[in-house]
Amino acid sequence: MPRLDAPRPAELPAVERIARVPTNWDYFFDRGLRVFTYAVAGSSIALVIVILYTVFRDAWPSLRTDGLSLMTKSNWDPNQGHFGLLPAIVGTLVSSLLALFIATVLGLAIAIVLTQDLLPHQLAVILKNIVDLLAAIPSVVYGLWGLAVITPLLRPIAESLNAHLGWIPILSTPLGVGGLAPAALVLAIMILPTIAAISRDALAAVHPRIKEAALGLGATRWETILGVIMPTASGGIIGAMILGFGRALGETMALAMLMGNRNDLSWSIFAPGNTLAALIANNYKEAGSEMIPRLIYAALILLLITLVVNIAGTLVLQRTAMKLVGGKRL
Amino acid sequence: MKQPFTVQAPTLKSSQVPPAMNLRDLRLSLRRPRTFFSALMTGLTMVLVLLAIVPLFSVLFRLFYRGVQSFGWTFFTDKAPYALQATGGGIGNAILGSVVMVLIASIISVPTGIIAAVFLAEIAPETRLAAAVRFCAKLLTGLPSIIAGVFVFGILVLTFGTFSAWAGGVALSLLMLPMVMLTSEEALKMVPPPMREAAYGIGCTRAQVIWRILLPTAMPGILTGIMLSLARAAGETAPLLFTAQYAPQSWVWEGRLRLDKPTQSLAVFIYENAGSAYPNLDQMAWGGALVLVLLVLCLNLSGQIVSWRTGRHMR
Repeated sequence: MPRLDAPRPAELPAVERIARVPTNWDYFFDRGLRVFTYAVAGSSIALVIVILYTVFRDAWPSLRTDGLSLMTKSNWDPNQGHFGLLPAIVGTLVSSLLALFIATVLGLAIAIVLTQDLLPHQLAVILKNIVDLLAAIPSVVYGLWGLAVITPLLRPIAESLNAHLGWIPILSTPLGVGGLAPAALVLAIMILPTIAAISRDALAAVHPRIKEAALGLGATRWETILGVIMPTASGGIIGAMILGFGRALGETMALAMLMGNRNDLSWSIFAPGNTLAALIANNYKEAGSEMIPRLIYAALILLLITLVVNIAGTLVLQRTAMKLVGGKRL
Repeated sequence: MKQPFTVQAPTLKSSQVPPAMNLRDLRLSLRRPRTFFSALMTGLTMVLVLLAIVPLFSVLFRLFYRGVQSFGWTFFTDKAPYALQATGGGIGNAILGSVVMVLIASIISVPTGIIAAVFLAEIAPETRLAAAVRFCAKLLTGLPSIIAGVFVFGILVLTFGTFSAWAGGVALSLLMLPMVMLTSEEALKMVPPPMREAAYGIGCTRAQVIWRILLPTAMPGILTGIMLSLARAAGETAPLLFTAQYAPQSWVWEGRLRLDKPTQSLAVFIYENAGSAYPNLDQMAWGGALVLVLLVLCLNLSGQIVSWRTGRHMR
């Protein structure tokens, strides 16, 4: 066996040039590149930790003086030194839940249409691109559109509902400049692509044989979808909902423009409110040294909530994917 | 030896033979509750899908309808008007500021993202570290964009004592990084394994395989990811509030590049002037939104075209 670096026959100059032993520089470059990729990849883990640390550090002045009570106080009056975050926390959760409900219904409909041959192939491709385009439009443009289209559209409906059914707590106010209902509606449109895309993947991952077996037993198309395919894909659909919820929690601009920016608690879905992200966005210019730690406190709460939700969603999807890849259940 | 399995045809008397199946029963009849339910659900789903796509057309229609009215030469070259200025003004400085900050963001996040993707796809794909990195990247994708702004406010704006284009760019890069990373990883994994194996087989070092085989082959896929993340960064508003702030009258270019002061951006301009009481400013917000959406759609479309062409080429 000739050694690689042994002198070669003179009649093979081309081979000599191409198939050469790696030079010291090659070794160095190889080692260096590997170490470098380790460093860069590791730094993305460090980034998450640094973000948590920095936000915590900047919120510390407020955490130290206000403690946890800021989360349970409901009056926000910066001039008097009141910075209750409860309305914003409640507003964040309620608007996101409402949006999640609407977006899940619409997103599942889209996912089913895209995967269960309800549309001809070309139309399905067009529909998929349209949904992707919905995701591409910036949040601030949705806010602008919501102000000009959705709020005026909802106002007469809100007024008549309030006039006739005003004794129901959730309809107890008319719609002002902004309110929960238009904000949640626009938010639903914004998280719709996330939910549609992930649940479409989940439905598409269901093995065709399962569907064929159900159809072969005489089930109708919708009996198959509701009784067999959706339960099989339920892990992915739940993952999609959790990640969509996480997206909704952190969404800022559209809500800052549509929620009405009022830190009050109200049962009515037409009353103005606030969310954590919108609170921060609405006060960024006027914030003084008193308010900034409080806003960062709000950011910290938001960060922790979204981290928990996103970790849960990612884990659910990972477990579901493992089950499907393992394939033993099929 | 096993007996071959046979089926004995049952012998039936003529009275036992079931009546021939009525083929009409197989047709979809809405009078049967099961088929009726199926048809009803199909109809309902279609209505829901239509409801879901109406907003996109409404958004686009409104934007064109209102936005085009702003367009003109000065609209693209001038700086933002003062509040009481009834006519004139433009979004020139906002476009320039946005472009500069998105460029800063991509200079930071594109190389970092690709190198991290190389790590995930080639250097140590199956290790625990890779799983942790992937997990963190997914968490960063879900990071609320305003948190990116608050974070950069803490590390850059407070340190240097001023809002700046630098800080805005860094905040945007935080949002681009995980997207570039995860899409590049996917692209690198799409490279046909025989290509890598052939390269390793003739004795290439890992660095040579990555540099000469993997990256060039995966480049179109990586470019698609970069385009999509650029589109996202261009439209982001929240991270800029606390980093580049709002500076309607300032230019990034004052004979030389000024990256160390509050910077105007298209997205923040729209946010500040949406629904403004001053008609000129309100009109400008619509024009700016149309420009922003056209920009974002162009980036998206070119990304789609790149990926579509590679898809064909790989097949």
